[in-house]
Amino acid sequence: MRNVDIKMLKQVQHDGPLDRIIIMDFSYTETQDMIRETLSRFLADTYDFDSRNKMIASGSGRDAGIWKALAQDLGMLGASFSEAHGGLGGGHLENALIMEELGKVIAIEPYLQTVVLGGGALKAVGGAIADAVIPEIIGGNVIIAFAYAEPQGRYNLANIRTTAKKDGAGYVLNGHKGVVYAAPWATHLLVTARTGGSGSEANGVSLFLIDANTAGIVRRDYPTVDGFQASEVYFENVAIPGDALLGDEGAGLPLIERIVDEATVSVCAEACGVTAKLHSGTLEYARQRNQFGQPISRFQVLQHRMVDMFMEVEQSKSMTTMATLKLDLPAAERMAAVSACKAKVSRAAKFVGQSAIQTHGGIGITQELAIGHFFKRATMIESQFGSADHHYARFERLTLAD
Amino acid sequence: MQLEFSPEEIAFQQEVRTFIAENYPENLRSVQDEGHDLSKEDFLSWHRILAKKGWIAPAWPVEYGGTGWTATQRFIWSEELAAADCVGTMPFGLSMVGPVIYTFGTPEQKAQFLPGILSGDDWWCQGYSEPGAGSDLASLRTKAVRDGDHYVVNGQKTWTTMAQYADWGFFLVRTDSDAKAQEGISFLLINMKTPGVTVRPIITLGGEHEVNEVWLEDVRVPVANRIYEENKGWTCAKFLLAHERTGIAAVARSKRGVEKIKSIARTEQDGDRPLIANPFFKRKISELEIDLTALEFTELRSLAGEAAGKGPGPESSLLKIKGSEIQQRITELALEAVGHYGAPYFRGFGEGDNEHPIGPDYAHRAAPTYFNTRKTTIYGGSNEIQRNIIAKMVLGI
Repeated sequence: MRNVDIKMLKQVQHDGPLDRIIIMDFSYTETQDMIRETLSRFLADTYDFDSRNKMIASGSGRDAGIWKALAQDLGMLGASFSEAHGGLGGGHLENALIMEELGKVIAIEPYLQTVVLGGGALKAVGGAIADAVIPEIIGGNVIIAFAYAEPQGRYNLANIRTTAKKDGAGYVLNGHKGVVYAAPWATHLLVTARTGGSGSEANGVSLFLIDANTAGIVRRDYPTVDGFQASEVYFENVAIPGDALLGDEGAGLPLIERIVDEATVSVCAEACGVTAKLHSGTLEYARQRNQFGQPISRFQVLQHRMVDMFMEVEQSKSMTTMATLKLDLPAAERMAAVSACKAKVSRAAKFVGQSAIQTHGGIGITQELAIGHFFKRATMIESQFGSADHHYARFERLTLAD
Repeated sequence: MQLEFSPEEIAFQQEVRTFIAENYPENLRSVQDEGHDLSKEDFLSWHRILAKKGWIAPAWPVEYGGTGWTATQRFIWSEELAAADCVGTMPFGLSMVGPVIYTFGTPEQKAQFLPGILSGDDWWCQGYSEPGAGSDLASLRTKAVRDGDHYVVNGQKTWTTMAQYADWGFFLVRTDSDAKAQEGISFLLINMKTPGVTVRPIITLGGEHEVNEVWLEDVRVPVANRIYEENKGWTCAKFLLAHERTGIAAVARSKRGVEKIKSIARTEQDGDRPLIANPFFKRKISELEIDLTALEFTELRSLAGEAAGKGPGPESSLLKIKGSEIQQRITELALEAVGHYGAPYFRGFGEGDNEHPIGPDYAHRAAPTYFNTRKTTIYGGSNEIQRNIIAKMVLGI
């Protein structure tokens, strides 16, 4: 695969991060097109609405065979890793297009957590741990869950009470992480914890990758409203080795912010798939639903709503492309771009989701049609890694000083 | 996908930036800064400089006087023009009738009309809307009856922008009253000095004389001035509307507008802090800026599609809708930002009047511009009509 080379952008005019860039090449490589087509075909065969319902209703809440097939039959889990690690040599664009396809079937695969977040952190730190774990991710043998949120922390990544106290060569973890998606399935946990400092201080935040079965980890597992499995995770004097630390002790926040930005754009890409389906599903329904002696798609008020949905979907795609291409810029510009993207996509997800249900009428509120399940995932995406309000505020802090 | 200029493009950017800095008329700059209406000569002074340089019609094919620039270069050009706050060139010749003439015209018509459009010697206006034909344009009733090698034209057009300055107008007229609405229309070029043409001003809410009524009474127009076939004028009209919609997003200009809002909001005080520190106002700016970024990248995606061989399609209606809404929001925020000083009614300096107008310079035109900009969601096919177009052409409903 051709590596997509996104170098430092040149200052073209003015100040302000969003003025910096011009894109003139929006084309995908042949390999990227092939990844999309292969994945799309596979998901069409495996992820129809009934199959998805069966997976969710099963004991583990998933079909582990699909993850294996994605890894071993399709090579999909290696798309965004380097060839040196056994991957296809891609990066952010590959993650985005895979997430968009997963969104089109509201897949419940732990790609975001394992590849984007776990893989992203490992790529960033490199070294022995990356060499050891990345090939296992690509092979489908490792599933990572990201234990970062805490009940009091809301969307502030530095607001952490979980502690990692130095103990000989290793650390001892104590604390509570909330709503850890994919934790019941995970072989590893990617954990944020304080090795120093307090409150929301930037200093003293560290990132660890630990074995999910380490003694002292207590989980309370539950299903989420959008079809995943998650856990409340409690660390009770969990002894972890020193080499579980990713990056430097106490200086992990920039790394965490970076992988969360990458994950934020990934859920935006997923949202593009989810909202595209909400829109096309609504169009299809409006064409076949008859009232007043004609298909309701003939009513102009509904046509204009569906056009508004279309425009939101298209703008979500534009923003996701913009942010994906800016993920390797210096932190302040990356963050402004990601927040602009998420703010816009969060609102689009709400509008498109609500409009889809309204256009369907009563049947939209039932579990019987897929549309409602797309709506539920869209709704969770709205606030995942920060609500629209959170991201507008971050964008303003970065770009609209007094 | 990638995100950067080539060294050649950066050199080009430098070249056009320097050209603008060295050649933009000083007096035009001061007229703009003080918030006056622009005269015909104001518009033409910059037009003639660009014409002389050969940069007046970057979107035209080279054989007709275009620059041969790539899409990226054209993008850079429009960004630089907006960043330097240059006045726009009038679209009626360059973006509207010009492309119709070089696409559908005869060699004689091209030779007769294109040079005057490029040089600025001919000022053009657009005779489309009628009192009874707005969104339903095809219901137009201005009639052209054949009389030898002339048409005799009778009827009334309206909303004719800048017709008071116009040498020529392009008109949609009915040449077959029995055919279906769209099928009996022809596209005529009419010399505005022809006997029977009367232009009457319409004054809009900001006090501007921008649009007019045009009355046509037994106006004799040579058949040679008809573009394309008789009764096939709707083809030209549709082509022109699609052309009009590209670029209507006005991204570069709106970016400049957002920067102006920020600068006003840093100057204006709101209690003991600058207005930009007011969280509600700040949120409106950030929403605007983020929506503009979404528009920008949607336009870039659309340009990339065009470069890959897809012409401006019905999705350009999206750019029109969002672009016009953003232009309106900019004027809305500017008016909100100036507070009390939106109220004084400034109509430019009278003869011999040197007194400085009331309030800061950036406030003089805030309200008139806000009023005037309500037009953007109405003209060029109202935003409701654009939604109809997307529904039909893109969504297939």
